[in-house]
Amino acid sequence: MKIKKTDIELLEKKAKNIRYNIIRMIGNRGSGHPGGSLSIVEILVSLYFAHIHHDPKNPSWAERDRFILSKGHGAPALYVMLAEAGYFQKKELQTFRKVGSILQGHPDRKLTPGIDASTGSLGQGFSFACGVALGAKLLKRKFRTYAVLGDGELDEGQVWECAMSSAHYKLDNLTAIVDRNRYQNDGHTEQVMRLEPLKDKWEAFGWNVIEINGHDFREILSCLQKANSKKGMPTVIIAHTTKGKGVSYMENNPDFHGLAPTSEQSIQALKELE
Amino acid sequence: MDKEISGRDAFGDALVEVGKENSKIVVLNADLSKATRSYLFAEKFPQRSFNVGIAEQNMMGMASGLSSLGLIPVVCTFAMFAAGRAFEQIRNSIAYPLANVKIVGGHTGIICGEDGVTHQAIEDIALMRSIPNMTVLVPADARETRQALRAAIQMKGPVYLRIVRVASKTVTTQEEFIIGKANVLRSGMDATIIACGIMVDESLKAAELLSEENIEVRVINMSTIKPLDIKTIKKAAKETGAIVTAEDHSCLGGLGGAVAEVLVNHCPVFMHQVGMQDEFGQTGDWRELLDHFGLNARGICAAVKKTLKNKKQSKFAGRFTR
Repeated sequence: MKIKKTDIELLEKKAKNIRYNIIRMIGNRGSGHPGGSLSIVEILVSLYFAHIHHDPKNPSWAERDRFILSKGHGAPALYVMLAEAGYFQKKELQTFRKVGSILQGHPDRKLTPGIDASTGSLGQGFSFACGVALGAKLLKRKFRTYAVLGDGELDEGQVWECAMSSAHYKLDNLTAIVDRNRYQNDGHTEQVMRLEPLKDKWEAFGWNVIEINGHDFREILSCLQKANSKKGMPTVIIAHTTKGKGVSYMENNPDFHGLAPTSEQSIQALKELE
Repeated sequence: MDKEISGRDAFGDALVEVGKENSKIVVLNADLSKATRSYLFAEKFPQRSFNVGIAEQNMMGMASGLSSLGLIPVVCTFAMFAAGRAFEQIRNSIAYPLANVKIVGGHTGIICGEDGVTHQAIEDIALMRSIPNMTVLVPADARETRQALRAAIQMKGPVYLRIVRVASKTVTTQEEFIIGKANVLRSGMDATIIACGIMVDESLKAAELLSEENIEVRVINMSTIKPLDIKTIKKAAKETGAIVTAEDHSCLGGLGGAVAEVLVNHCPVFMHQVGMQDEFGQTGDWRELLDHFGLNARGICAAVKKTLKNKKQSKFAGRFTR
C-alpha cells in the first residue's frame, strides 16, 4: 500500500488535535488517565481515519469492524477520537466522568455510541475480542476485530489464556495491538513484572508478531495491512510508544498513569500541544 | 419419570434439545464437558461447541463477545470455577454490559460429595445474586432443570443456572417454569419452609414428619433466587408467621439471606435457616454429608419447631392464624 505524504500530514494534524483535547478534557475534569491515552493516539487515528470499516452515523452497523479498547483506562483517547470521528457531539466531552454522562470513567458499551465492549478490568476486553472473532468465523462474517492492550495489562493471566485460545482457533480475523509504552501504574514494566522477551512470548503462543514504532503512521498503517493478509493465525502488533507522548513532564513518567494534571500543569501541557 | 435422573444428565439432554430448536446456541466448556454433560451437545453440534481449555476467565469474556453477535452462549463448568474463580469476569464482562450469556454452574453444594471442599460450591448463590442484572435459577429436580434451561434461553440477559451432580426424587409438578415465580408444593398455616435445590425434597419429607405431630407446614419451592418472588414470601410470612429456609449452600447470603432481607423489609417474623453454617464441607458420600451437616428432613423439622416456639412466645403471636 502506498501512503501519500499529504495523507500522513493530515493524520498528524488529527493526532495533534486529539492530544490537545485529551489534556483539555482530563484537565477540566481533574480526573482520568493521561499517560496511556497519549501513547495510543497515532494507533487510534490510524485505525479510525485510515483503516477500519465503520460508520459513525450508524454505530451498530452489523458489518463494521469491531474495535475493543482492552486497556479501558485509555478511554479519554477513545472518547476524543470517537467525537472527532462524529459518533457523538464534541460537547459531550465536557461531561467526562461526571454523574449522568455517556462518558464513564471506563468504556460502557450501553452508554456510548461507537463503543463495542465495556472494558476497564484488564484482560477482559481481549477475551471479548477473541469471542467476537470466533463468532465472526462461525457466522462467516467478513469484518475484522481489533483489540488494543496495554503492556502492563499483559501481567494478567487471562491475557495469556486468551492468547492461547485465539491461536488455537486460528483467528486470523483478529489483530491485537500492544501499546508498549514500558510504564504501568507502579513503575517501569520490567521492574514491576518483567515482560521481555515479549516478542518471543507471543510467538511461542502461536501469534504472528510485528514490532513497530507506534507513533509512526507509515509503520502503523503498513503493518495493519500486513496483519489483514496473514492467514491461519492471529497477529499482534507490538507498538513501541512513549507514555505521556507530547507533554514533556508526562513522558515516561508513571506518575501520570492515572493522575490528572493540575490546572497550571494543564496550561503548560496545552501550550506544548498547540 | 425423571426419578433416577441426575440434574446434570437432565441438563445435558435438555441442552441438546434446545440446541436442535435454536441454532444461535453455542456452548463453551473449560475441560469439564464430560462432568457437566455438555459433551452431549458437543457430539451433536461440534461446530457450535468450543472447549477453551482450563481457562474460565477467558471463557466468560469469549462468551460475552460471542453474544454480541446475537449468539446465545451457554457456558458450562463447575460452579466453583464460574461463580468463584471467574466472578469478576462474570460481573464486568457479562452482567455489566447485559450480555445474553447463560452460565451453568455444576457440582454445586456439599452434595458435590467426594471431591471435597475445593469443588463444593456453597457460596455461588450469594455471589451471583449480588451482581446487578443477574438472574439466578436453582432447580429442585431433573424435571425442573430441563424447564429452567429452557426459560433461561428464552429470556434475554445473563442467567446463572445451578446444577447438581446427583439424582434426586422428582418433586416439582408445574407445567411451565416461570422465572420469578415460586411454587407452593404443600399447603399449611403453622409455618412455611422455603427451600431450593435438593432441599425441596427434604422439606417435603420434613412436612410429612411434622404433619404426624399435627404441625402443618407450607412448602415453597423457590427455584428463582433472583428476581425473588417477594409476594409469595410476604404472604407466607403474614399467614404463617414462621419461616424456615433450607438450602445446600452457606447460610450467609444465599436463599436464606435473600428471604431474610425480604422479611426484615416487609414483614418481620421469626425465621431459622437450614444450610451450611459458615463452615467448609468435607469429602464423603453426598447423603452422609447431608446428614452430617444437618441438611436433611430432621434438621428442617428441628428448625421449624424452634421457629414455632419463638413465634408462640412472641408478643405478636396473636397476629397469626395459629
